[in-house]
Amino acid sequence: MAKLGKDWGPLHPQVAEKGEQLAKTSLPRERQLELYHFMKLNRMVEDRLGNLYRQGKVVGGLYSSRGQEATSVGSAYALEAQDMVGPLIRNLGTMLVRGVKPREVMMQYMAKSDSPTGGKDGNTHFGDLKRGLVAPISMLGAVIPVMTGIALAGRMQGKDLVALTYIGDGGTSTGDFHEGLNLAAVLNVPFVLIAENNGWAYSTPTSRQMRIKNIAARAAAYGIAGEMVDGNDVLAVYEATRRAVERARSGGGPSLIESKTFRMKGHAEHDDAGYVPKEQFEEWKLKDPIERFERHLLGNGLANEEDLKAITAKIDAQLNEEVDFALASPMPPPERAFEGVYAAEVTV
Amino acid sequence: MAIVTYLEAVRQALWDEMEKDERVFMLGQDIGTYGGAFRVTAGFLDRFGPGRIIDTPISESAMVGCAVGAAMMGMRPIVEMQFIDFISCAFNQIINFAAPNHYRWGQQVPLVVRGPAGGNVHGSAYHSQNPESYFQHTPGLKILAPGTVADAYGLLRAAIRDPNPVLYFEHKYLYRRLKDELPAGGGDGEGLVEIGKARLAREGRHLSVITYGAMLHVALEAAGRLEADGIDLEVLDLRTLKPLDQEAILATVRKTSRVIVLTEEQITGSVAGEVAARISQDAFEWLDGPVHRLCCPDTPVPYSPTLEEAYLPNVDKLVAKVRELAAY
Repeated sequence: MAKLGKDWGPLHPQVAEKGEQLAKTSLPRERQLELYHFMKLNRMVEDRLGNLYRQGKVVGGLYSSRGQEATSVGSAYALEAQDMVGPLIRNLGTMLVRGVKPREVMMQYMAKSDSPTGGKDGNTHFGDLKRGLVAPISMLGAVIPVMTGIALAGRMQGKDLVALTYIGDGGTSTGDFHEGLNLAAVLNVPFVLIAENNGWAYSTPTSRQMRIKNIAARAAAYGIAGEMVDGNDVLAVYEATRRAVERARSGGGPSLIESKTFRMKGHAEHDDAGYVPKEQFEEWKLKDPIERFERHLLGNGLANEEDLKAITAKIDAQLNEEVDFALASPMPPPERAFEGVYAAEVTV
Repeated sequence: MAIVTYLEAVRQALWDEMEKDERVFMLGQDIGTYGGAFRVTAGFLDRFGPGRIIDTPISESAMVGCAVGAAMMGMRPIVEMQFIDFISCAFNQIINFAAPNHYRWGQQVPLVVRGPAGGNVHGSAYHSQNPESYFQHTPGLKILAPGTVADAYGLLRAAIRDPNPVLYFEHKYLYRRLKDELPAGGGDGEGLVEIGKARLAREGRHLSVITYGAMLHVALEAAGRLEADGIDLEVLDLRTLKPLDQEAILATVRKTSRVIVLTEEQITGSVAGEVAARISQDAFEWLDGPVHRLCCPDTPVPYSPTLEEAYLPNVDKLVAKVRELAAY
């Protein structure tokens, strides 16, 4: 049941001090460095996307998960190959952990012919069941019952899979959040919901979405496990998700994990987030999940400055290639607009 | 061959597909122990067990969402709406998740949402609706509305096997009133009815009535009555509302040159309106009179029998309209 001992409001978690302890983990050094790689990749891909946006190459909106990389990466890293995940718009890190190539996302944003959806949809709105990825829709909450159905089907098919998805603080106000989580609880399916409390739903603060301080408290209302986690500590997110995934896989039913984090940019690239008090950005900048993890790796002798620089340099070189590839893809042929409304033959 | 009701045909189609394909399962309210509000699934729980006959909370959106997820995984979920009116509570999952999924990212969503539609049973505003036109507008869906026992059976089996999201609207007025032979089912797909094909329910020379569902029987009864006047009605049963059978619609118009589109929907923004528009656009030169929509008025469905009779199209209203148009 929900652990609610700590009255931890969404905007004032413990301040990260230099050299602070992150959550205890059993992950060996190599895997911790892999976590670091994915968080850096997440941020650096988004930095490249920002450049492409400013060059006018991105034809639609651009959504950033800056400051929230630990939540996406840490949670996705706790999944097994057979598990299924439904990332939302700020979960690029989840997709990268599942094997999505940066070029795929870049081509999506630029609406290129070779993008995973062939130009029919944009941004992170694509899926691939072979990699365990389900595409979201923009209507928040809707993925929750869908992932419940995936978990149910997996159980029916005797697959040992767990389904996981995300919801923002704003998205918890939808009907599908309630209907989906309640149905998952009643069916006792292997399902994990990460509620990413980043303080703001577009321009609306969490305090105007709900009167409670902790989304995790809602777990009690569904009779499922609930937990709060420092969303800017990748190890804490990983460990909490791993516990929930293990519980789900062993028949213990769904879990709701609230990840306390902060959205360091606007709702999308066009939004300067002028409505967010500057102090909040300043406070949370000190808790940047990547910098905290760097301090952890360096402070605990798991890596030195050279190691981290080498990881960054490798990503940078890779992204040069990814950007070149994405830019070279043509725009889709116009006639594609009329194709594929119906599936012609059964393939699933 | 066995004579069954329309409801029994629905039930038999579900039963046969569940026997044939273990991927088929049902989600709904009170469909298990109780056997469904209309007893469509009576006996299913005993035969197929709680793993495949799943009673859910009152959560239409989550029922359909759950079906979307299971369908993507290769299952064949069927969602029962206790009354089809409640499909509105699942609108988002149907039109935004299920319908565009294949177009957006190539992933099939083979699911069926089914339930009792239609009026004339004094169900009032929330147990009488015909919601097809809300969905007619949405690319990616298929919409079926059987008006015969054979179609109730064969279209449902076809719907369950279709790789797309299919909405299947049963007409509750026909549930126990309509009886006919059940096509030989089971085995290798006998009794299947092809989705997307209208059926010429009655051949005639003078005027075409294009219709579906319970209104099919209004049209056939009117045709019998009009024989005495020397008016020979042709009746086209659409059966599939989306995608519409354009060829069959144009063929009957070219034959008779006079058309009434008879449906049980509120008239504005109706399927009937779409049929009429297609005829005006693609068969204008074949017409000898205006294309008439005989539908319900733009009001909610009223409760009292006198009000509902005034609201619904019926044989008298159709006969009067046919005479008027025949004389045009």
